[in-house]
Amino acid sequence: MTPTLSGPAVCIGADIDTDLVIAGRYLRTKDTSVWAEHVFEDLDPALAPRLKGAVLVAGSNMGCGSSREQAPVAIREAGAVAVVAPSFARIFFRNAINVGLPVIECEGLSCHEGATVTISLEEGWVEADGVRHPVRPLSGRMQEILAAGGLVPYWRNR
Amino acid sequence: MSTLSERILGGPAGTYVDRDVDRAFAHDGTGVLAMEAYRQMGSPNPACPETVSIIYDHLAPANTSQTATLQKELREFAAANGFALTDVGGGICHQLMSEGRVLPREVVVGADSHSCTTGAFGAFSTGVGATDMAAIWAEGSTWFRVPETIGITLTGRLPAWCEAKDIVLTVTGEIGMDGGTYRALEYIGDGATALSMAGRLTLCNMAIECGAKAGLFYADKITQKYLARFGHQVERQEPEECTYCRELSLDLADTEPVLSVPHRVDTVAPVTDYAGTPLDEVFVGTCTNGRYEDLERFAGIVRGKEVKCRTIVVPASRAIVQQAAETGVLADIIAAGCMVGPPGCGPCLGMHMGVLGEGEVALSTANRNFKNRMGVGAEYYLGSVATAAASALAGAIASPEGVL
Repeated sequence: MTPTLSGPAVCIGADIDTDLVIAGRYLRTKDTSVWAEHVFEDLDPALAPRLKGAVLVAGSNMGCGSSREQAPVAIREAGAVAVVAPSFARIFFRNAINVGLPVIECEGLSCHEGATVTISLEEGWVEADGVRHPVRPLSGRMQEILAAGGLVPYWRNR
Repeated sequence: MSTLSERILGGPAGTYVDRDVDRAFAHDGTGVLAMEAYRQMGSPNPACPETVSIIYDHLAPANTSQTATLQKELREFAAANGFALTDVGGGICHQLMSEGRVLPREVVVGADSHSCTTGAFGAFSTGVGATDMAAIWAEGSTWFRVPETIGITLTGRLPAWCEAKDIVLTVTGEIGMDGGTYRALEYIGDGATALSMAGRLTLCNMAIECGAKAGLFYADKITQKYLARFGHQVERQEPEECTYCRELSLDLADTEPVLSVPHRVDTVAPVTDYAGTPLDEVFVGTCTNGRYEDLERFAGIVRGKEVKCRTIVVPASRAIVQQAAETGVLADIIAAGCMVGPPGCGPCLGMHMGVLGEGEVALSTANRNFKNRMGVGAEYYLGSVATAAASALAGAIASPEGVL
């Protein structure tokens, strides 16, 4: 598995619901580029293009609300390499792992727009502003699913 | 000694367990994505097709050619895999699962966040995303982290002008939008056992609004009587001494009519604080409050009167429409000037049949008031059925105390 993930931080607030990640009006399609284009549109229309190669740093309860899997898919398709937050809504967390988007629970990370954030899933830490924050590593099964690129390829490989 | 979730999942809080899924369901929205994931998995033979339901409710009937084509594909997919399909007009997935398809002690997984609704029967019911659902179709099982439980003791009786909705909004305000994350809510006490199944379903439905994985009631006499209507004889569940991670208690006699104020479900305030706020629309329905008891209560308040703003009533299932037609409840609602929509989710998710315009203000009996959800640039308050009825008659937010 990749040793570390890294990218400039894009900061968003707490309690970001999945309607704000991708609005209901864009759901009825199988074309994932639609979701990438409109991701976070109702939160900040200028956010989507900045996600390419970025680490999304959110406040607590990231991804609350609807179970729509299009939310983590939209973030992944927009090019974000990972999402870091003090806590995630549980369905969003499961969905993100299942679609191959790394999500890491990390307390006490201060987010500075554009500052480099580096993550080691295997060793369980997040580094920003020269400070390394230990985090609880993902379970073995979750790491295997992420390494495979999501639950579908993981299932096919078995 | 265990919580109900621990007993059903078969492990102490914090442990990971693999469990067979007794009932699995998806709707026309998540079903399409799950179908895609299933095909990408190589279309394996489903492990237990007889446990799988596909229920059309989100965009039912279809609003565009694109939606119609996706629904056609999903119909064919369900037939090919032996999954039971309830087509448009049947109603909301959570309501249909509540009409005799979920029994105490079962593990129930739905591809929708409000799948926690049927915890009201003493089942462990929770929501997952589409890919998890596809894997459940293939394997018949999934993994769970057994949740810690917040114990909520209800005592006393509700005042006549209050409803289960006022209880659950009050609880959500108390716990907060993330206070229940990774946890289950368990409702106990004489105030809980006195609640009807409709009220219990309303409470469990909104467990997800504070992030909870499940909301549960112990099966009792009321559960037995309700399920007997569908031909099921079930056993009661007795609460044991157990460890809760947090305990709350509410004297229902102190409950007052409340609203969730835009745009957070946990900003809860008395209806009277907002009385007089002009409304463009009132919406009654959804998996929270679209049951027969809700329509009956609404009709009882608007009967012989006329609503003063656009009022849309969407029954939660075909059986409810039929019952309301037979008892005259539907005629009363229509005569009061309301529009009645087909069974389903209606405008709740902002896709059709009552979406709000920019700057419009509404009162809804739904469970979620996220910004822009029910219409870009709109504001909407969440409240009880009686509050919705009183407000529809006034054309502005009004407390039901004045009309009951």
